[in-house]
Amino acid sequence: MEVAVIGFAQAPNQRHGQTTTNGVEMLVPLFQELLTSRGLSRKDIGFWCSGSSDYLAGRAFSFVTAVDAIGAWPPTMESHVEMDAAWALYEAWVKLLTGEADTALVYGFGKSSAGNLRRVMALQLDPYLVAPLWPDSVSIAALQARLGMQAGLWSEKEMADVAVRSRAAALSNPAAQISGHVNVEDLLSQPFVADPLRAHDCAPITDGAAAVLLATGDRARELCERPAWITGFAHRVDTQNIGLRDLTTSVSAAKAAADANVDGIDVAEIHAPFTHQDILLRNAMGLDSSVVMNPSGGALCGNPMFAAGLARIGSAATEIMAGRAGRALGHATSGPALQQNLVCVLEGR
Amino acid sequence: MKLQAAVLGTGQTHHTTRRTDVSIAGLCREAIDRAMADAETSWDQIDAVVLGKAPDLFEGVMMPELFLADAIGATGKPLLRVHTAGSVGGATGIVASSLVRSGVHKRVLAIAFEKQSESNAMWALSINPPFTMPLGAGAGGYFAPHMRAYIRRSGAPQHIGAMVAVKDRRNGSRNPFAHLRQPDITMESVQASPMLWDPIRMDETCPSSDGACAMVIGDVAAAKASSRPVAWIHATAMRTEATFFAGKDHVNPQAGRDAAAALWKDAGITDPLKEIDAAEIYVPFSWFEPMWLENLGFAPDGTGWKLTEAGDTEIGGRLPVNPSGGVMCSNPIGASGLLRFAEAAMQVMGRAGDHQVPDARKALGHAYGGGSQFFSMWVVGAAPLA
Repeated sequence: MEVAVIGFAQAPNQRHGQTTTNGVEMLVPLFQELLTSRGLSRKDIGFWCSGSSDYLAGRAFSFVTAVDAIGAWPPTMESHVEMDAAWALYEAWVKLLTGEADTALVYGFGKSSAGNLRRVMALQLDPYLVAPLWPDSVSIAALQARLGMQAGLWSEKEMADVAVRSRAAALSNPAAQISGHVNVEDLLSQPFVADPLRAHDCAPITDGAAAVLLATGDRARELCERPAWITGFAHRVDTQNIGLRDLTTSVSAAKAAADANVDGIDVAEIHAPFTHQDILLRNAMGLDSSVVMNPSGGALCGNPMFAAGLARIGSAATEIMAGRAGRALGHATSGPALQQNLVCVLEGR
Repeated sequence: MKLQAAVLGTGQTHHTTRRTDVSIAGLCREAIDRAMADAETSWDQIDAVVLGKAPDLFEGVMMPELFLADAIGATGKPLLRVHTAGSVGGATGIVASSLVRSGVHKRVLAIAFEKQSESNAMWALSINPPFTMPLGAGAGGYFAPHMRAYIRRSGAPQHIGAMVAVKDRRNGSRNPFAHLRQPDITMESVQASPMLWDPIRMDETCPSSDGACAMVIGDVAAAKASSRPVAWIHATAMRTEATFFAGKDHVNPQAGRDAAAALWKDAGITDPLKEIDAAEIYVPFSWFEPMWLENLGFAPDGTGWKLTEAGDTEIGGRLPVNPSGGVMCSNPIGASGLLRFAEAAMQVMGRAGDHQVPDARKALGHAYGGGSQFFSMWVVGAAPLA
């Protein structure tokens, strides 16, 4: 069974979206855009799958209200992961492989501005031994950045280079929250947010949503001129105990990349919410300097929680569908200091 | 030809109000260790782990599967976290089975848990989201009007709810893992218990439990390599509808009807009452037994209560429903669906102990969630689907 991405849409990445936490206001226009672009209606979709977080929304069952965006009547085949929607895409890919559906619409949403994001993310940590100390997500990333600098794997300047490259690339992405031409000297003159991280090293706080359309074999060819065929799809998780991990690399990202086979990649859309993680992931996945990194600007220019990973795969697929790349990868991460990683390899034919 | 998959083994914890003897990790591992032993499976044979649980607010940990990665044996492997409200336990089993039936993996571990004592589920369910009427009444207050409507619509006599409670609690007394084990419960004692949300009396509602359930699902080669009986997965179904909309039938939701119709069709079943030997149905309040018997197509509309009243749903009856005691005896919410799926598997594997239905060959596992809007179900059999 062949499965392809045949469409991608994303909401504008915004610091404070004029939306509620349940995603409906962001999702309804996205579904409309995506379905219309392929001449489909919601009733044509065989399987719906989403990714979101109750803690981000500050309530139980936030995804239940989001089902209203589907207009689930008559009843639909639907599922949800409490993860970035990139993993919902994985579940949908598996569903299509079983032959139980021939199309799937996958979506993710997150209103990161609803709370204090770095403290909310601290609640992902071991509730008995670690979370009570409130190590926030930016501070943990800073520890990781410092370890890599001490090991000579990256420098503050190389990290700033990533920000410069990402913001320039985002100029061509109308959904991006941050874009522009900046120079390394100006960036390095800014104060630390969490030493050694400066503001440009950290993804912005973003409200947003993303949606991706999948189809199998002939259905994909019939609906899309140049489908982005999924040739490899893998994910792995590492221990959360940051004292037991070598934080300067990512075993799970390396394994996922090997399983998905990233040889011959032209373009990579990497979900790196911190500049040093862009370098770390590139090294871990073995991507050489010929690979074009994050033509969308990546998460550093807009990081809607629980949708940003899916948006990376959607952006990579867009490069294929538009004919700008022959083989691309989309990557997603989750958990403190890149604990969990997913790689999706896409190909045009 | 679709690939087949089978449950190789199951495991569960002892369920009780407060498992203060274990952490969340310890609770999960207790169920997993039992499932791995029951499935004769070693850790190096597990390709992936799927974890399901209901809202994170129930324990106060955001995405707990991340900190649990080591304890649930997921480190270095693919880990998925499913959350589809109360139906999540069922969805967890279905996602795990899809990973095998798609050909992606050979053996997958499914684990679902809830440690309700870490928080207060009733109030976690009673938050005030924007633009939605606050309930402030937990699940009982939400569902009671639906049962009241069922009674009015079907003309069911008032004692049906108590009959289900007595049957399930007595069944639970035969299940060593059940939270509530009440062999001496009677119709009189149930009917004398306090009214909580009319028509739901104290003894007609599920407990609040800490507990976990795990199972190993394998491909055909793994099933054939097993020295013990396995439970072949004949069909699975999931359906969703919106919570509220004009014309929604809360008593007999279309999503449940559609899921059941698809399930029976895929499992090659034309007369479920005749062909299913045991059913583990998600009945958190006693009145849901007759309601779901109709929704699932075991009885025509308005007549589900007659099966209950005739004793057909007891062990030894035409369709034993919840021989394990069901949700009425143990309700670790996120695990309750997977428990239904596991208990169905245990029946056809002949490993249900004192609550075994004799000669069970085909069994149903069922779960529902949200405002009666998410449904997940499967049929397992002692033999592969022909």
